[in-house]
Amino acid sequence: MPALASLLCGFIFGLGLVISQMVSPTKVLAFLDFFGIPSGTWDPSLAVVMAAGLAVAGTGYALVRPRTPIFDTQMHWPTATIIDRPLVIGAALFGIGWGLVGLCPGPAIADLATLSPGVIVFVIAMAVGMVANDLWQSRGARVVEQKLVGATAADG
Amino acid sequence: MENFTPISAAIGGALIGLAAVLLMLFNGRIAGISGIADGLVNPRTDDRLWRLTFIIGLVAAPLAAALVGYGVPMPQMPTNYATIVVAGLLVGFGTRLGNGCTSGHGICGIARLSPRSITATGVFMIAAIVVVALTHHVIGG
Repeated sequence: MPALASLLCGFIFGLGLVISQMVSPTKVLAFLDFFGIPSGTWDPSLAVVMAAGLAVAGTGYALVRPRTPIFDTQMHWPTATIIDRPLVIGAALFGIGWGLVGLCPGPAIADLATLSPGVIVFVIAMAVGMVANDLWQSRGARVVEQKLVGATAADG
Repeated sequence: MENFTPISAAIGGALIGLAAVLLMLFNGRIAGISGIADGLVNPRTDDRLWRLTFIIGLVAAPLAAALVGYGVPMPQMPTNYATIVVAGLLVGFGTRLGNGCTSGHGICGIARLSPRSITATGVFMIAAIVVVALTHHVIGG
């Protein structure tokens, strides 16, 4: 049942990306291109997607927070609170990659449905980047220990 | 702003938020795509099934949209594969180092008012905006 529930959630998430056109790198880049503000070509749609997503997620999280999940014994809320160097450097590296192509993980995976060779290559490179980080983080016992705790401490 | 699509953006964004809430209500999990995907490829994960079905649902959505006549247009990608590979590596490595992406930090994290996620979202937004400014107007001009 949890697998079926998560299939439904992935599907709804994907529909959201399709309807909002966030699956289109062109649309995303049109938001990220702030030179478009003076020239009138700026597309603020991504900001509206985020605002609407935050309104629903913020309200919904507040409503479900006191409950126990239907298919688990506890909610795995992130526990990390410290703004550290990996967070900032990781976000910066991600932002650079996002700006280069206009794809972040959700739209990249959803776009696999188009069988675009460029998207397939992007997703493979993304998976390699993830594994590279996982292997790099698992070097040394201290870091491994952190990572074991980190399994539920991860933000997203 | 002739390309601004506020209504479809609001509907789509609301669905993304709904998916995040439902995943927490059902499975107690944060709907961070990079985290979910990483759990599939990370050798140390032991809960792969719900992650796999989420990803299948994510890919099924554009296919279902195509079936009812709303096919997703072919994404416009850079012609240079080196750029695509470098971008993919940066997105994969960066989202795991920073523990989240647009969904995990940008939606789920800010919705919880997490200072970490607010910081991360600010950083990746600014980095992306700077890169687009450089590649579209300074270098590629």
